Amino acid sequence: MSDTPIYDIENLRLSFPDMAHKPLLGPAPRVEILKGISLRIPRGDVVGIVGGSGSGKSTLGRAMVRLIEPDSGAIRFEGQDITHLGEDALRPLRRRFQMIFQDPMSSLNPRRTVGAIIAGPLKLQGFDRVSGRVDQALDHVGLPRVFRKRYPHELSGGQRQRVGIARAIATEPDFILADEIVSGLDVSSQAQVLNLLEQLVRELGLTLAFISHDLSVIRRLCRHTVVLHRGEVVEYSETQALFDAPQAAYTRELLDAIPLPDLDQVWV
Amino acid sequence: MADARGLVKRRAGARLWLSAGWLTLLALAAVFAPLIAPHDPLAQDLFGARLPPFWEHGADAAFPLGTDSLGRDVLSRIIHGARVALGVALIAGTLTCLIGALLGLIAGYFRGWPDMVISRFVDIWMAFPPVLFAILLIAVLGTGLSSIIIAIVVIDWTRFARVIRAEAMSQGAMDYVASAQVAGRKRFSIMLAEILPNVLPTIVVLLTLEMGIAVIVEAILSFVNLSISTDQPTWGSMIAEGRLSIHQAWWVLVFPLITLFLTVLSFSQLGEGLKDHFDPVLR
Amino acid sequence: MSFLTIENLSAFVGPAPILRDVSLTVTAGEVRGLVGESGAGKSMIGKAVLGTLPPAVRVASGRIVLEGEDLLAMRPRDRRRVIGARAALIPQDPLTALNPSRRVGPQITNRLVDILGWTRHDAQVRALELLDEVHIPEPERVMRAYPHELSGGMRQRILIASAFAAEPRLIIADEPTTALDVTVQKQILRLIREMQARHGTALLFVTHDLGVVSKICQSLTVLYGGKVLEDTRVGDFFAGPTHPYSAALLAATPKYTDPDASLTPVPEAVIDGVRAEIEAFDRMHGHV
Repeated sequence: MSDTPIYDIENLRLSFPDMAHKPLLGPAPRVEILKGISLRIPRGDVVGIVGGSGSGKSTLGRAMVRLIEPDSGAIRFEGQDITHLGEDALRPLRRRFQMIFQDPMSSLNPRRTVGAIIAGPLKLQGFDRVSGRVDQALDHVGLPRVFRKRYPHELSGGQRQRVGIARAIATEPDFILADEIVSGLDVSSQAQVLNLLEQLVRELGLTLAFISHDLSVIRRLCRHTVVLHRGEVVEYSETQALFDAPQAAYTRELLDAIPLPDLDQVWV
Repeated sequence: MADARGLVKRRAGARLWLSAGWLTLLALAAVFAPLIAPHDPLAQDLFGARLPPFWEHGADAAFPLGTDSLGRDVLSRIIHGARVALGVALIAGTLTCLIGALLGLIAGYFRGWPDMVISRFVDIWMAFPPVLFAILLIAVLGTGLSSIIIAIVVIDWTRFARVIRAEAMSQGAMDYVASAQVAGRKRFSIMLAEILPNVLPTIVVLLTLEMGIAVIVEAILSFVNLSISTDQPTWGSMIAEGRLSIHQAWWVLVFPLITLFLTVLSFSQLGEGLKDHFDPVLR
Repeated sequence: MSFLTIENLSAFVGPAPILRDVSLTVTAGEVRGLVGESGAGKSMIGKAVLGTLPPAVRVASGRIVLEGEDLLAMRPRDRRRVIGARAALIPQDPLTALNPSRRVGPQITNRLVDILGWTRHDAQVRALELLDEVHIPEPERVMRAYPHELSGGMRQRILIASAFAAEPRLIIADEPTTALDVTVQKQILRLIREMQARHGTALLFVTHDLGVVSKICQSLTVLYGGKVLEDTRVGDFFAGPTHPYSAALLAATPKYTDPDASLTPVPEAVIDGVRAEIEAFDRMHGHV
């Protein structure tokens, strides 16, 4: 059992209807976003998923936590095939894989207090001592407990993202998907949130998939890196190896395009 | 450092309290009409017909807003008329809101075939001319308070359905909905527990507007004599009668008209005021 | 020679200061970076120069001098004319900056025709020239296209072409690459620099990314809470910033070649220090 990967994704395909090119009659043509993705994430790993816009990285993430249903292929979570499971069958599994979203302003219900937001998944999953667990989650992410009574709009961007993290870890999941969670933050809070995530992974023994467009951030946080380009995996290797000797041409292009804060002005 | 956003807070204050005040006054008058109305609203007195309001020459202090051409007390008739007006507003408004908002929420959040069915239905429904539709309905159902209420609900639910559908759709695209789904919340429960509170301000505004509209519709139907029996005073029928004697007794027309105007205005202002007052994002 | 001079600019929203005594200069042909985190007031400065501040913002004092003319002392009509003829904006979001219901061509030429009084034909010729200059293939086809038919990078090229169309002396670029992929960002930065060098335009480049600053600017101004903390040459800055906050900002900026020395959180003490500096400033100027 221990060598079963937490996620085993095989030849995953997913498409959306293209409403812009829908004919007057009949169904819209479909655009394929994921074109046969295969990926294994071992338990305890921290995997970065990187790619440009249109690479399918967010779609892959949303398919992994089954916010969307793939067309074909397989997603196995701890050996169990969840590719086409219905909501009722997924519900007991939901406690074990959680998600942190890109935009905390949109992912925190503006009409609920921080306490109610974090308590939501706990109540749904039938946890006891909900209030104590909310406090514990706030402690974990370094927010004072009095924040329970606040509304999301009363917090700063970094604090909001901490609430999103607290909600995700509250149910003690095995796996967390983080979708571009620092890209909307200022660099100072970016570094803090990354540090926090690093510490939580260590303390809670989480498996983390970290979706980002920023290779610098991925290098800092992730043990392995998957590079996606137009719905396909172009490279999947150890992060160190990927930065030392990128294999795919697209990876090299990505690395080369990062404007490093130094005095090399030949770059442009 | 002060936060600049805190300074552009909206002030709900005055209009909320003024409109709520007028409507409360009216509601009390409606409930206790038999106790507080100075006269029987139906009692005729042909010798005391067309008495002017209290400040004019020849007025009778017992009839502060004057009497109509049959000598009935205008103030008492307005007070009793409030029963019909507010009753219609409350019942028709609430029913319209419940039906329309629920269908709008379902269409906007679930999309797919429920949306197809509801939206097509709304489109077809809205293609009927409303006034004709109402008159037709009353002709079929017969006159009476319940017919008016049914007519308003049947015609106006589409207003809610359309607006709430669009609102639910944009809220449904927010990540807090996806987050509730990841947490394992059922779809119908997401709609009620996550989306509904976020469309509630819009629902409140629409509801109060609808109550105002219901008052107007009832008045119009009374005006064209399609409302309820003539022995129940309504503002619409008072306006209709007042119109006939506008040159001899303007007050018979003007007072119910002012009451109607203030009531409809108060409903719409109440909605906006409530929205500003109870919105945690704006507060 | 100083081309744009901002002197002691202070602005408020209600009683709250959002720009505190800001001074900076852009010399002809220079690219100056305007750097800061959200809420630092960097976009406000660009908006103040272009006269597009939101109505809630009140400029309390200071001067904005563009080629010797004090913009704030002018009548609004004259100011609009001066700005229209001499300055232009490259906006942040290429997806919303073009009107989705109009073809691209007129959106470039209208400014030339309406504000500068060119003939439609001249404007058309100029637009085609510019689209070619920003490396857009088949400019004739693109002129007839609607914005949604073009990619984000393509639209940003069009906005750049449009900004340079009237040969402005000053361009304000407000986070022009923030919404783009890194690979596209590189092309766009290269293009902006190429165009700027060819036309000798002064450029005020608003950004939160010190990496971008290091690649495109010659000088930079670091802001926090609407106050200038550091004003320096890019070479000096990356050799070692003088203000502790700038140093912390640089250490927080991701740098994959040096993972251990980057993405360091800005220390609380540094933030407290800057806040104290700002509070002291406010006390001195009586805005408490």
